[in-house]
Amino acid sequence: MKPTDISAPDYFHKVVDCQWACPAHTPVPEYIRLIAAGRYSDAYMVNWESNVFPGILGRTCDRPCEPACRRGRVEAEPVAICRLKRVAADFKDDIRARLPKPAAQNNGKRIALVGAGPASLAVARDLAPLGYACIVFDQDPQVGGMMRTQIPKFRLPESVLDEECQYILDLGIAFVGGKRIDSMTALLNENFDAIFVGCGAPRGRDLDIPGRKEAAKNIHIGIDWLSSVSFGHIDRIGKRVVVLGGGNTAMDCCRSSRRLGGDEVKVVVRSGFEEMKASAWEKDDAMHEDIPIFNYLVPKEFTHDNGKLTGVLFEKVRAERDAKGRRQLIPTDEPAQHFPCDDVLVAVGQENAFPWIERDCGIAFDKWNMPEVDPKTMASTHPKVFFGGDAAFGPKNIIWAVAHGHDAAISIDRLCRGEDVAVRPPPQINVASQKMGIHEWSYDNEIALDKRYRVPHRDKALSLRDIKSEVELGYDVELALKEAERCLNCDVQTVFTGQLCIECDACVDICPMDCITFTQNGDEAELRTRLQAPAQNLTQDLYIGNSLKTGRIMVKDEDVCLHCGLCAERCPTGAWDMQKYLIDMTLAEPACHFKA
Amino acid sequence: MTYVVKPKFRHPELPKNKFGYTHRDYEGAVSTLCAGCGHDSITASIIEACFELSIEPHRVAKISGIGCSSKTPTYFLGNSHGFNSVHGRMPSVLTGANLANRDLIYLGVSGDGDSASIGFGQFAHAMRRGVNMVYIVENNGVYGLTKGQFSATADRGSKSKRGVVNSDSAIDMVGIALQIGASFVARSFSGDKKQLVPLIKAAIEHNGAAFIDVISPCVAFNNHAGSTKSFDYVREHNEAVNFLDVMTGRPPIHVDYAPGTVEMVEQHDGTVLALRKLDAEYDVHDRLAAMSFLQHHADQGQIVTGLLYVERDAEDLHGHLNTVAAPLNALSEKELCPGTAVLDKINASLR
Repeated sequence: MKPTDISAPDYFHKVVDCQWACPAHTPVPEYIRLIAAGRYSDAYMVNWESNVFPGILGRTCDRPCEPACRRGRVEAEPVAICRLKRVAADFKDDIRARLPKPAAQNNGKRIALVGAGPASLAVARDLAPLGYACIVFDQDPQVGGMMRTQIPKFRLPESVLDEECQYILDLGIAFVGGKRIDSMTALLNENFDAIFVGCGAPRGRDLDIPGRKEAAKNIHIGIDWLSSVSFGHIDRIGKRVVVLGGGNTAMDCCRSSRRLGGDEVKVVVRSGFEEMKASAWEKDDAMHEDIPIFNYLVPKEFTHDNGKLTGVLFEKVRAERDAKGRRQLIPTDEPAQHFPCDDVLVAVGQENAFPWIERDCGIAFDKWNMPEVDPKTMASTHPKVFFGGDAAFGPKNIIWAVAHGHDAAISIDRLCRGEDVAVRPPPQINVASQKMGIHEWSYDNEIALDKRYRVPHRDKALSLRDIKSEVELGYDVELALKEAERCLNCDVQTVFTGQLCIECDACVDICPMDCITFTQNGDEAELRTRLQAPAQNLTQDLYIGNSLKTGRIMVKDEDVCLHCGLCAERCPTGAWDMQKYLIDMTLAEPACHFKA
Repeated sequence: MTYVVKPKFRHPELPKNKFGYTHRDYEGAVSTLCAGCGHDSITASIIEACFELSIEPHRVAKISGIGCSSKTPTYFLGNSHGFNSVHGRMPSVLTGANLANRDLIYLGVSGDGDSASIGFGQFAHAMRRGVNMVYIVENNGVYGLTKGQFSATADRGSKSKRGVVNSDSAIDMVGIALQIGASFVARSFSGDKKQLVPLIKAAIEHNGAAFIDVISPCVAFNNHAGSTKSFDYVREHNEAVNFLDVMTGRPPIHVDYAPGTVEMVEQHDGTVLALRKLDAEYDVHDRLAAMSFLQHHADQGQIVTGLLYVERDAEDLHGHLNTVAAPLNALSEKELCPGTAVLDKINASLR
């Protein structure tokens, strides 16, 4: 194997698994250290710069960082990264003075943003301080998009949403609420310098089975129903409710029902429990509120009594793999099962809808009727039109929308400056040794053995009484500190300098995880078989160091390194050093204008 | 000295031995020696050897004297018996313990100061009596705890860190051990675990006095140019005569050695040592040849390493003394005071 080029920005970025997995590449260990130090405002700002909605995401994020967390490969559960983000938001001071100011001067460019959800707001936040006039349109009277209409208030209090949206509006953004954009051609004719489409995936899938039309009065589309609940148009539901679907929308529907008069709420899913799309913690929360989940039941018919819904009839199925390994649901011969109910919420998926984009306006659509979007630049085939969030590639989640927003903002900025949109700014990297003296390191490298701490919840009876009362109370300062201590500081990297090494084996002997081996070179597959401990996780790189006197190489398996720094601590020559690699994704901002 | 506590977490796929232990279960406290000390690598080799042999830690007694080397038993086998004795007195404490309980595995850990100076006589007598033990000398050629004066094993002509040349002749512990009757004699290097771990395993399996001289560079006081016990010097002058593969229990699944290069040596307990010869002429059963081979290479400035001598059908102190099979400390009053009739019989036999 060739020696590792640690100057390549991606190499150490990948070692920070959480940051690498985050679509917006939030520097997670950095903000967790700030939380541990009680510097909540600083932790908040690290988040705000990178993911725009720390308070919102700290409650609602789909957390791609957590399954990636190295801690999960070392013990049972990853660090509660998401809920620590909320801690930063909960305990920060007034940070308004630290936010960018509205641009002193308009740069003369006008940007239209369709939809006031997270993607558009992220674009506006990045561009407005640079002097762009950002005009955000939405059919709803308030900003927030799906964060407001589809996430129930008991998961995301309105105050948190309002606060973080206001930070963006305060940058001098024009919001045109209650205005639905009906024609892309008309919008293009208004001569904006760029248009960003962040209108989400607004159409809930329906279920066309017998009885749907007849009993329509008590059958509701999940996301529309949640939206009506959010705006206060609906405040009651029947006593017995059946929710169809196994995603997070279904979980929000059933839990909302429990708060609006539903005493007997059931979730019924076609697939098995494990394959449900809902996040594990959302299923847990639903079941905790006495909502049973029934699996392997396919809805066949809405039963009704002269148009009054009486229940849903299900066919029982079992899962089987066919010859190609695809899972199929095979009907069992058991009799159909009837669930009597007063209301049904259909939450079986949502899809994009672009009836307002004329197909001849220069934006190409693919065979699935989705716009052709470049995943790096977020550009459509029309040079001035960009997409992001669920509108770009179908339903994802808020953090992806934010990441798309950052990328689109860079593109729009470059477009308006007459630069090549395809050229992307490299990340900014800051490297610093953490050694402060003999046995002194600037980070806390003691490895806490604590198991993951649970976030305290409000008493169930109280929560169920009020749909606006937040269920999760968040960590208090003490719990937050303990949870923060579980972070392994994966951004403090083990950096090896072969020229200094005397091959005394001190690092090999002390390493608690048997990560380090000195051996003869070989090709990667073969090398992985003869290391100090098996290196079977192929997603994790081997760090190769050379220039050793004996001609051997140093191989470090990055997989389960605890970043405890014992290798550097026991190294007599300083061949190992612990260096913090801060990787910041470059956003559209004046400081980063570079000439490619 | 390291203040960071070594984390309890371990690699999730570490191999386990017969008792379900990983090598981490054979660790002791974190070393307080200087970072990079060769002794820490010997500690790691002892851990690895005990892990691979599936030794139950409570069946081991680790005994040492005074010095950097003698601190190391704290850093391995945290669940074993231990005795940190007086300077140079490890061999007599160990002999006593061994006589009282022959069932334990005895690891004597010492250094060049502890064994070649103040405890030189103790070393000699433990070897000549054939105490069933592993005698490891962690040999760095200097007094590290007192800031790097030459020890008795420092080569004549080698230079101290301050530039002073050693004018005294060196004691070669391996040569002495061969001469006074050790039945297993080896030398190795702390920086070569591939060679050292099997040697420790073989020494543990050996029935009798097994001596291993391990050259162990002192990073603080004896790892400079002009030293003959530095990492660089030992790597350049290492003349390995053989490598061992120790096979316990099941016979080897496959043997892919070139013919004529391997000698199988069976130990008293059925363990087989596969000796991969680097020097085809070298005979590990010839004490006299071993001594002259050693002297010859020493004159050329070479450090001979590997298994240098092993006695066929070696016997230990208990064998010489014809003691009972049961450990003496387990004998009850009934066995120790068999009664008047037996005493009369013994007295009659002596008349």
